[in-house]
Amino acid sequence: MAQLSCQNLTLGYEGKQILSGLSFDVNSGDYLCIVGENGSGKSTLMKTVLGLKKPMKGKVVFGDGLASNEIGYLPQQTVVQRDFPASVNEIVISGNQGRCGLRPFYNKQEKQLAYDNMERLGISDLKNRCYRELSGGQQQRVLLARALCATQKMLLLDEPVAGLDPKVTSEMYNLIDSLNKRDKITVIMISHDIEAAVKYASHILHIGNDIFFGTKNQYVNSRFGRERGMI
Amino acid sequence: MLERLISYLDYPFVRYALIVGVLIALCSSLLGVTLVLKRFSFIGDGLSHVAFGAMAVAAVAGLTNDMLIVMPVTVISAVLLLRTGSNAKIKGDAAVAMISVGALAIGYLLMNMFSKSSNVSGDVCSTLFGSTSILTLSELEVWLCIILSVVVVFAFIFFYNKIFSVTFDENFARATGTNTGFYNLLIAVIIAVIIVLAMNLVGSLLISALIIFPALSAMRVFKSFKSVTICSAVISVICAAFGIVLSIITPKGMPVGSTIVVVDIAVFAVFWLIGVIKERAS
Repeated sequence: MAQLSCQNLTLGYEGKQILSGLSFDVNSGDYLCIVGENGSGKSTLMKTVLGLKKPMKGKVVFGDGLASNEIGYLPQQTVVQRDFPASVNEIVISGNQGRCGLRPFYNKQEKQLAYDNMERLGISDLKNRCYRELSGGQQQRVLLARALCATQKMLLLDEPVAGLDPKVTSEMYNLIDSLNKRDKITVIMISHDIEAAVKYASHILHIGNDIFFGTKNQYVNSRFGRERGMI
Repeated sequence: MLERLISYLDYPFVRYALIVGVLIALCSSLLGVTLVLKRFSFIGDGLSHVAFGAMAVAAVAGLTNDMLIVMPVTVISAVLLLRTGSNAKIKGDAAVAMISVGALAIGYLLMNMFSKSSNVSGDVCSTLFGSTSILTLSELEVWLCIILSVVVVFAFIFFYNKIFSVTFDENFARATGTNTGFYNLLIAVIIAVIIVLAMNLVGSLLISALIIFPALSAMRVFKSFKSVTICSAVISVICAAFGIVLSIITPKGMPVGSTIVVVDIAVFAVFWLIGVIKERAS
């Protein structure tokens, strides 16, 4: 069974429909890129998958041992975060919050998990630094480490390279790729960057007036791929 | 000077004022960081004006214990204001401004039309600026204040990590299974309780100062959420105690509320300077 299955979704807000008849499955270990123009509903789709928003029609089903709150989420930065006084450690460990229930403080395993994830992303030396003083790439790593505290199974990334310079962008892509290949974490990524999507992803979902869902090779050989001169 | 201060401490009303002032300052500073970061700096103003309006209604209705109306009305307004948050038709700041001036106008109108008191403008002035009511507290009010403050402080410590998550990134917290609706509600209720308490101390016009100045001062210098929170609590308590003492010992009768706020402003200036120097140094 698929880890995540979207069945005949209709999305929109305030009664206005922006996307309909959307169905796709994501299996364990997949790397799915969601591409499409601005306003095509990428962010709405992501909010629906995360359960922050109800679909107008259709449903989102989780399976293969994945619970709806076991998705690690890398959001786009908000204005609030840009001047938030918080240390890297405080932010990373807050990824464990969902598991705490009513327990007020983090336990030993959770502290260890936060530390391990900082090591894994190479930011453990920034542990006590202030988040707002870090570079864009470092901030993304902090948020990625937090997402990894929330899950070992599936990551949802909302334009993870927006605003990063080319060198940091390719480091970020390689990092995500290794989390997918080495640690077998399913990745779903919203992206503007179709070239990178074709390079790294295993599956591509194109939304907009036409919907396309298939493997990377199917995409490259489809009308969409031909239009962009990929063959 | 010190001798005179100690001799003043023999009066129960001075002790009461110090206890209540310090506790209110502590409570109001705790959530200041969260409110400033959530762009709700003005919620203190809005809610205290609502409380002012509710007080006027209670006075007109002839209730002896106006807490019965003021507390629930303020709590409900806080919940409504913080709930509308990000996806409302009327944005947060506009909603706060609307409720704030609306309640102020209605309260003043009612007080003028129906008040039996001979000195309406004096009554209004003391509700707005808190003037002397901190010095006329009864023992019951002091106990009420102590109990509510203890509840607020414990709730804050118990939910500290949750409040952090919800403030830093509400969507992430919700997506990973934290009940953000409940914690937003909790923050709103705590804020409303603090504001009703603080009206005695500084009056409804100056409450925002008590909530935001310590947090803003701490944020100039400290870099983590925990250190900012602790520092703003310490600043707030010291400023409140210093302000109260100052207003009692000066012969020319400085009003308590504004004295505390002026001390807060001075501390903010100092911390701002430290922040600038620290930045230059690194």
